[in-house]
Amino acid sequence: MSDILNMKALELAQKIKAKEISAVEAVEAVAAAKEAKDLKYNCYTSFNLESAVENAKTVQKKIDSNEDVGLLAGVPIAIKDNICTKGELTTCASKILYNFKPPYNATVIEKLHKNNLVPLGKVNMDEFAMGSTTETSAYGETKNPWDVTKVPGGSSGGAAASVAARESVAALGSDTGGSIRQPCSFCGVTGLKPTYGAVSRYGLIAYASSLDQIGPIAKDTADVAAIFSVICGKDEKDGTSMDTTPFDISDIISSKSLKGKKVGIPSDYFGEGINEEVAKSVMNAAKVLKELGAEVEEFAMPIVKYAIPTYYIIACAEACSNLSRFDGIKYGYSSPNAEMLRDVYIKSRSEGFGMEVKKRIMLGNFVLSSGYYDAYYNKALKVKGLISKAFSEAFEKYDFLLGPVAPTTALKMGEGLSDPLQMYLGDIYTVMINIAGLPSLALPCGFDSSNMPIGMQLIGKPFNEKTILEAGNAFQSATDYHEKMPETV
Amino acid sequence: MAEYEIVCGLEVHTELSTKTKIFCSCTTEFGGEPNTHVCEICSGMPGTLPVVNEKVVEYAVRTGLSTNCTITQNNKFDRKNYFYPDLPKAYQVSQLYLPICQNGYVEIHSSKGGMKKVRIKEIHMEEDAGKLIHDAYSDCTLVDYNRCGVPLLEIVSEPDISSADEAVEYVEKLRDILRFAGVSDCKMQEGSLRADVNVSVMPVGSKEYGTRTEMKNINSFKAIHHAIESESARQIDLIEDGKEVKQETRRWDDTKGYSYAMRSKEDAQDYKYFPEPDLPPLSLSDEYIESIRKNLPELPEAKKARYMNDFGLSEYDTGLICASIPLVNLFEKTVEITNNPKDSANWILGEVSKMLNDTQTQPENMTFRADSLGEIINLLNGGKISRDSAKKVFKAVFEEDVNPAEYVEKNNMGMMNDTSAIKSAVEEVLKANEKAVNEYKSGKEASFNYLIGQSMRALRGKAPASEVTKILKELLS
Amino acid sequence: MKIDGDLIKYLESLARIELNEDEEKKVGSEIQDILTYIDMLNELNTDGVEAMSHSFPITNVFRKDEVKPSAPNEDILANAPHKQDTCFVVPKTVE
Repeated sequence: MSDILNMKALELAQKIKAKEISAVEAVEAVAAAKEAKDLKYNCYTSFNLESAVENAKTVQKKIDSNEDVGLLAGVPIAIKDNICTKGELTTCASKILYNFKPPYNATVIEKLHKNNLVPLGKVNMDEFAMGSTTETSAYGETKNPWDVTKVPGGSSGGAAASVAARESVAALGSDTGGSIRQPCSFCGVTGLKPTYGAVSRYGLIAYASSLDQIGPIAKDTADVAAIFSVICGKDEKDGTSMDTTPFDISDIISSKSLKGKKVGIPSDYFGEGINEEVAKSVMNAAKVLKELGAEVEEFAMPIVKYAIPTYYIIACAEACSNLSRFDGIKYGYSSPNAEMLRDVYIKSRSEGFGMEVKKRIMLGNFVLSSGYYDAYYNKALKVKGLISKAFSEAFEKYDFLLGPVAPTTALKMGEGLSDPLQMYLGDIYTVMINIAGLPSLALPCGFDSSNMPIGMQLIGKPFNEKTILEAGNAFQSATDYHEKMPETV
Repeated sequence: MAEYEIVCGLEVHTELSTKTKIFCSCTTEFGGEPNTHVCEICSGMPGTLPVVNEKVVEYAVRTGLSTNCTITQNNKFDRKNYFYPDLPKAYQVSQLYLPICQNGYVEIHSSKGGMKKVRIKEIHMEEDAGKLIHDAYSDCTLVDYNRCGVPLLEIVSEPDISSADEAVEYVEKLRDILRFAGVSDCKMQEGSLRADVNVSVMPVGSKEYGTRTEMKNINSFKAIHHAIESESARQIDLIEDGKEVKQETRRWDDTKGYSYAMRSKEDAQDYKYFPEPDLPPLSLSDEYIESIRKNLPELPEAKKARYMNDFGLSEYDTGLICASIPLVNLFEKTVEITNNPKDSANWILGEVSKMLNDTQTQPENMTFRADSLGEIINLLNGGKISRDSAKKVFKAVFEEDVNPAEYVEKNNMGMMNDTSAIKSAVEEVLKANEKAVNEYKSGKEASFNYLIGQSMRALRGKAPASEVTKILKELLS
Repeated sequence: MKIDGDLIKYLESLARIELNEDEEKKVGSEIQDILTYIDMLNELNTDGVEAMSHSFPITNVFRKDEVKPSAPNEDILANAPHKQDTCFVVPKTVE
């Protein structure tokens, strides 16, 4: 049974299909792993085993009657706690939603069910996905399975850590400024931030609507590709969603060569602040890509340094609007100390939100307030135009881009929050991709001297996840970083 | 005292008569138990997203074209952020930066004589808010989101209005246009048409506007008139007393007949508008706009002109019919069947209005088949039934939607066409009324009318009066 | 851009959030730091650059005007902290 958690999702699905393992056994294996390890890593915020067992039984019946159940039938999958699951706690790891049970399913959850996957467990995150460490969670911080004194990254820290700790087979996270890729990088797992619009956001509790995307986190590119193929596609409930370039999973799995591909490395990704070991690992990865047949060259992208300011303006502005609906009236926490209407708002929000969230809401209010809108918000939208243009120009020359995910490996607990600006700067390589709406695959490419994982990202053209997934698979066929797991797990 | 002139601009909000809300598929139907015309989207549940109802865009364009606006081909939605319990997302999706219609006008009669244009600055699409109900028993406020997300157009005029009369005519004109364009039923009592009124005063001839105040959510013509008169008088008094008019929002209390300053909010209103990231922008093609223009229904001005010029109706009668879309529809159907506009109008303003009045029915609640009235008029004019019978048939049509011809047949109301039968009946009458016959013959004209009356009575009204008169004359000569 | 106590108070009121004095100091200085950093955008000439609110040129995503059933009232109110009959309840909004 313990083997189940070491299997890749596609492998597990095959065994379930071959009736070597039942869907219920798979679910129970996850529950056992959670039971055994979660006190240590704190990946989960809630865990509804009963409903998952019911779903697994339904799937098993379909398998037993030889229905066409799809590529990943019976695979349990953990869900970041900002994705709505009908009738089951969805809290954004915030006190303000401590008891919220949505009356509907996110579109991705519907798609998982339709494709016979089994959602199981909600996983930890920074409160409202605002953070890079999973330390701002109302449920306490998640620990990095490679070193429990270190953060797993964030905001999808619970998702990435649960895969790394073998507490889940795979997970869905969300990425607004690096929230899938950075924890994948810190935890040594593989994750995809799809093109903006490739996956429906319906049911994802918004942090920054123009940047948020849901994406898969798993042990390797093939799993990530398979899960992505299940959740992607235009959704009539999300007006910003689009159909992405279709691909066949077998094309991804069989991709072993990068002959004819041109890869660009933004030299500005290796400027001030990057850890040398990280830089070295990514450059080594570039060599691997070359060996696989790709043409690799560096190019200048001076706009990089403006990405962080632009991101924090746009994200906080949208967040302050998106989070205004949490007011103690319709759902979630309502302060017992409120008598007047005004108090219901102020007390519920002041008692319900954590400090990082409050700070970002206030910053958002600032950049949108009259007198400052043009200097800040509108300026940021213009820089967004310049960033998009810089990427379009790069993609005239290159099929995809290669860069580090983060300037460092996982930080010590508490280190990030003590210097917030420094922590924000850690997002420098990831936020740009959200601003431009591009797809990016994060995957392990080495370890530092303390044996902490290092991640790289492959950045693709809009609505062309296929190319980076193929490249990711080719890289992982030639390397084994993704096969390593924390010794203590 | 100096002479002052009023400077007034209006923001008219109208609910569109689409079947569903602007961003979700809930019904827009009025009424219903609180929070039963509501889903996760319009109640602002976390994670939900809006998708635009295509009809709302079509109706907005139709309204813009009907009020001489330019359509903003590339327009988009923005969020207007503020906290209030009737706004579950804490922002209203509206259009600030690029409203769908701009630079139009509506023509009205100027208080100074002649016609004038009231310019329309812009028309934008937005969502309505919910309703707050004070519960006296618990001394709490109950929140109902049924109206939340009902599509609204906000029609913003320039400050071109210079009197309360002009303001009322402007809103009446707008209401007529909206109804004739088929985009709103403008039921003021259901709040589907309401106005925010901006008023300032300045000495006659001045070029500089005075400080303005705003009165929100006024929902009757009378109240608009009253509010402007009262608020301008208040401002003039202040100025005459050497005091200043404060720029503020005031609440108009129509029962008390005055406005009062709303408690100044502790927070300056800062709506923090920004582009709505969840809704892709709109890009309306020339073809799209032209196809709407081509299919525009006949608008009030054109329709009224046609009724007066082509049908020869008086301005007064035209106005009465055009006050109600169901009456217009009934009239046009009736004319189509009778080819007789005058009789059609007379029937609608006579019998139809009388029945509506007697039964306290709104024209939109008439239930009979529209063809029936025309059929009755044709029966009458064709001499098939008497005027009295026609009225009776109409009553039955109005009340029970009967088929006129069948009803006439069944109740034996058809006219007698058999001259000999009429003649024998008249002869009987003459025999029984020898006195009257003699009086007539000795020159008393009134007796002739008496004899007609007796004959019609004997015939139970089922013979044409002209035929009876003719026969009576023959027999008496 | 210099952030002072009044501005922080104003932002609290816009955000419907109340901080205590210590929190005001901490948040104030952190917002100051990030805003100072953000000021670097001023180096960048954006004259004539169009503000880009949406990443991709998608337009005209519409829904048909067809009624679908609303949610059951129990679902809408299921998470309400305070409810009465079929309504949400708040302290009275008028004096």
